[in-house]
Amino acid sequence: MTFLGQLKRELIISSRSSSDVANPLIFFFLGVMLFGIAAAGDPKNLQNLGPAIVWVLILLANMLSLDSMYRQDHADGSLEQLILLSETPFVPILAKILVQWLLSGFTLTLLAPVAALLVFMPANEWPVLMLTLLLGSPALSFFGSICAALTVGARRTGVLLGLLALPLYVPVLIFGVGAMVAHVEGMSMNFQIYWLMAISILSITIAPHAVYAALKLSVDE
Amino acid sequence: MQKRILKPNFIEYLCQIMLEAYNLSCRRDGRILFSDKNFSLQQGQLMEIHGPNGSGKSTLLRCLAGLYTEFKGKIIAEEAFYFGHKLGFSALLTVEENIKWYSRAIGVQPDVDSLLSQVGMGGYSMVPCENLSSGQLRRVSLTRLLLGYRPLWLLDEPQTSLDLDGRNILNELMEKHISNDGSVVCATHLSLDIAADDTLVL
Repeated sequence: MTFLGQLKRELIISSRSSSDVANPLIFFFLGVMLFGIAAAGDPKNLQNLGPAIVWVLILLANMLSLDSMYRQDHADGSLEQLILLSETPFVPILAKILVQWLLSGFTLTLLAPVAALLVFMPANEWPVLMLTLLLGSPALSFFGSICAALTVGARRTGVLLGLLALPLYVPVLIFGVGAMVAHVEGMSMNFQIYWLMAISILSITIAPHAVYAALKLSVDE
Repeated sequence: MQKRILKPNFIEYLCQIMLEAYNLSCRRDGRILFSDKNFSLQQGQLMEIHGPNGSGKSTLLRCLAGLYTEFKGKIIAEEAFYFGHKLGFSALLTVEENIKWYSRAIGVQPDVDSLLSQVGMGGYSMVPCENLSSGQLRRVSLTRLLLGYRPLWLLDEPQTSLDLDGRNILNELMEKHISNDGSVVCATHLSLDIAADDTLVL
């Protein structure tokens, strides 16, 4: 019940603060487009780099959308009430992170073919790109939310959040791009896909509890 | 005056205690806010906390609520509702959506309209909280205290930005809670209309 309630609340809030949702998506496409422009319209210049560009920009866009995750709730006091009143705070926290993933990682996965087009990626690689994004992006949201929870009490977080979150994203980046490279070279990508799934499941398992601990620290003032 | 006082049954006596604090001390930014405070509160009692700005009233209440942990000493407390300076109502949600969220978190299914009319805000359920004045928002957030029953209320300057009518409503709520064997700890600058059983000066 609390899970669905929180899910509904987060979706309503997101629908009413659409810029928080839309800005990272726009940033993602702008970034990808800049690479396309920098390649001077010649696909050769971006050969083999397509997956890396899309993945790195997904990381950055995801990082941007983290900042607003707990900020408003912390400012208006609903965060401390959630911690005080809920008997199982990690359940609503799980719902919160899930919504963040739906609106950043999952949406970006669905829109990835457009980005792939912008960096001249061959069409037969698009499904693989989407698969790796679908399996890897939960880890970005769940690990990233821990960093967002840690920095929510700080006045200015802009760069700090990136410094905390980006190193955690590195394994996802390695296996995400690794799977694409393996596919392009005609090898089996099972190894990388299993690793992506393992990392995502690990993050889903530990993040709600870690976020709860971090949020308790953030309201401890 | 009673000549013979029955020695209270020990367990029963313990059950009546809502809040106990032993040797409570707190330092903040190198300044001692309070030190070696001892107090206890029983069922149906009201404790006022007085003190000038910055004397540590809010910090003490946050310690009692379990939100602030950088203190020395020991606190034993019943389940509490904490009502602080941050009202906990999201500006982007309507009044009803906020209250529904709280009732889900607590696990009750209240009648939102009757709750709102209890705080004199009937008919405001569909209004977004960002459109309410600060006094209206405070009234609306008082409904949080009426969701479910928690024996202990920790109120941090609850009268802030309430008008006379709003303060009367607050007093009524507190009186009702106390008569229901609840206890209230209230930090305030103004005098409450209810006689306090205990006053703590910081």
